[in-house]
Amino acid sequence: MAVPKYPGFDTLALHAGQSPDAATGSRAVPIYQTTSYVFRDTEHAASLFNMERAGHVYSRISNPTVAVLEERMAALEGGVGAIATASGQAALHLAIATLMDAGSHVVSSGSLYGGSHNLLAYTLKRFGIETTFINPRSLDDWQRAIRPNTRLLFGETLGNPGLDVLDIPSVAEIAHRAKVPLLVDGTFTTPYLLKPFAHGADLLYHSATKFLGGHGTAIGGVLVDSGRFDWDASDKFATLTEAYAGFHNMDFAEESGTRAFLLRARREGLRDFGACMAPMTAFQILQGVETLHLRMPRHVESTRKVVQFLASHAAVAKVIYPELPDHPDHALAKTLLPLGAGAVFSFEIKGGRAAGKTFIESLRIFSHLANVGDAKSLVLHPATTTHYRMSDEDLKKAGITAGTVRLSIGLEDPLDLTDDLDRALRASQK
Amino acid sequence: MNLQVDARAVFAYTANHELDASKRTVLFIHGAGLDHSWFGLQSRYFGYHGWNVLALDLPGHGRSAGPALQTVPAMADWLLRALDAAKVASAALVGHSMGTLIALDCAARHAARVERIALIATAYPMKVGEAFLEAARRNEYSAFDMHTIWGHAPQVPLGANPNPGMWMYGDTQARLERLAPGVLHADLKASSDYRFPGGVKCPTLFILGRRDMMTPPRAAKALQEQIPGARSVVIDYSGHSLMAEAPDAVLDALIDFLR
Repeated sequence: MAVPKYPGFDTLALHAGQSPDAATGSRAVPIYQTTSYVFRDTEHAASLFNMERAGHVYSRISNPTVAVLEERMAALEGGVGAIATASGQAALHLAIATLMDAGSHVVSSGSLYGGSHNLLAYTLKRFGIETTFINPRSLDDWQRAIRPNTRLLFGETLGNPGLDVLDIPSVAEIAHRAKVPLLVDGTFTTPYLLKPFAHGADLLYHSATKFLGGHGTAIGGVLVDSGRFDWDASDKFATLTEAYAGFHNMDFAEESGTRAFLLRARREGLRDFGACMAPMTAFQILQGVETLHLRMPRHVESTRKVVQFLASHAAVAKVIYPELPDHPDHALAKTLLPLGAGAVFSFEIKGGRAAGKTFIESLRIFSHLANVGDAKSLVLHPATTTHYRMSDEDLKKAGITAGTVRLSIGLEDPLDLTDDLDRALRASQK
Repeated sequence: MNLQVDARAVFAYTANHELDASKRTVLFIHGAGLDHSWFGLQSRYFGYHGWNVLALDLPGHGRSAGPALQTVPAMADWLLRALDAAKVASAALVGHSMGTLIALDCAARHAARVERIALIATAYPMKVGEAFLEAARRNEYSAFDMHTIWGHAPQVPLGANPNPGMWMYGDTQARLERLAPGVLHADLKASSDYRFPGGVKCPTLFILGRRDMMTPPRAAKALQEQIPGARSVVIDYSGHSLMAEAPDAVLDALIDFLR
């Protein structure tokens, strides 16, 4: 008897999580623009509230349109389930708030999106959660930074903006030896380019605003659990393995070892912090997810052309992209990212800050804005935008200088993109 | 609830309630390679609606210490020792897949301890294909793939999960990956080798999924004919994992049966 086959990525991207609407037959995912759901009777209501029956109660906790996106992302990532959130930042906060209390500690890559750095370095510190930032390329640093109260190791699959490739298998091994999970931000790679769970990560999230949505129309996040981390075997996660007075004294790991994290994240995190995703947002992001497998190869193909163009341009001092042989993570990228190292990269323009300013203001197709992963090509100067709160020392740790320019390559004709870049680079050197 | 059976740790989910001698008891028995939480919604309901609930992790599964037991009669005998440990004289048994065979064997050989049985996704004989058995014997991941894909209705990967935000395939894989080597094979072989002695006389309910690829309703027909007065509920859209695929329909059938 033949081994049965799972549906392919492309099929899941279009179908997972949605059955044609039972009421209308609608093939597209309906937008359930409702706050709440009528109970059949009082008994049904009580059973829904007490997790004895499956279903929806209130759209802050769950919503049928949002649930389609959640299940689809879990399917694409190979997780047990997912929770969609108001933003990628909300997803990161939800993960941390579900896992730990004041007095806990996080070990994080220092190469992070500026917003994530702010949350960890300043905001969570006010609530008693401290973070040690380390060089993600140093496995010794990961190991040395772990303390008895460490509850999480965290990094981006492709560091922002230096594009450090996170050595997920090695960092996961360090995390698991310490009996803590590894959380990764997979925004830059999407499940099309990299499936972190297959390499040992335990939890992941995306800023769905970026490549998942793909069209720059909606802000959202999604947090996915692999279901593989054994909370019982670690004695470090009381939020998941001890009775929670805030929800009928539920011991979430006792309810389900594989679902414990998501149970608490939904039943406490969405309920109390309330950073849920709106159904219209879920619908818009789903439109992007349905073509992720078509868009990502084109993003990567165009990026490679632009990278090659810039690497040989007289006005460019350096291009930072993991597929280039001089990138420190070139070999790792070949192993972990065989389909491509994404469509966001940095380069150093000759002439420093003044040249950078002229370059950006001379572009016609690239849009100067604070986003990546759009169908349209984007440009950003990190030192004055996403990373502007970071000290010079922290900027250096993150691999940024005043002359660093970040590009996000969209789906335009790549020849038009290189023409645009060439014109702006020439202008910058006058 | 933590019990000791044969000097080994055993976990029984009780829906966060102490056992109460004045209440009736319903005992949930999971299938091959799984654990008590497979009955999550249903066991929780009964725990909050006037029943003592014991959703056991069989030896070597979930939170119960190994090794796994090798035959269905051994599992049935162990189950009675677990009831003894919990100081429960008799119970209604709800089994799923391999768990249905354990319930059947208990009802056949220990009738005084079994008030009634509900058999969710059952067949007799429960013959397991040689390729599946062999993959499990070799502890190959393809055994988990077969368990996952054949364990759900064909439309599951392309449809919506009744439990918002959850991915049934992923949840099944994650559970199976937690098993110690050899446990799945022991379960599958025990199911495949089981010989039903007959003689069940207690009230019996079959809950079957029309799209079940492992234990299709036709494979339960001969067994139904051997149990006088057995009733049957067939859920049209469900596959083998009825508690996840059709949680409300299964719960409604159990409420009606255990009423």
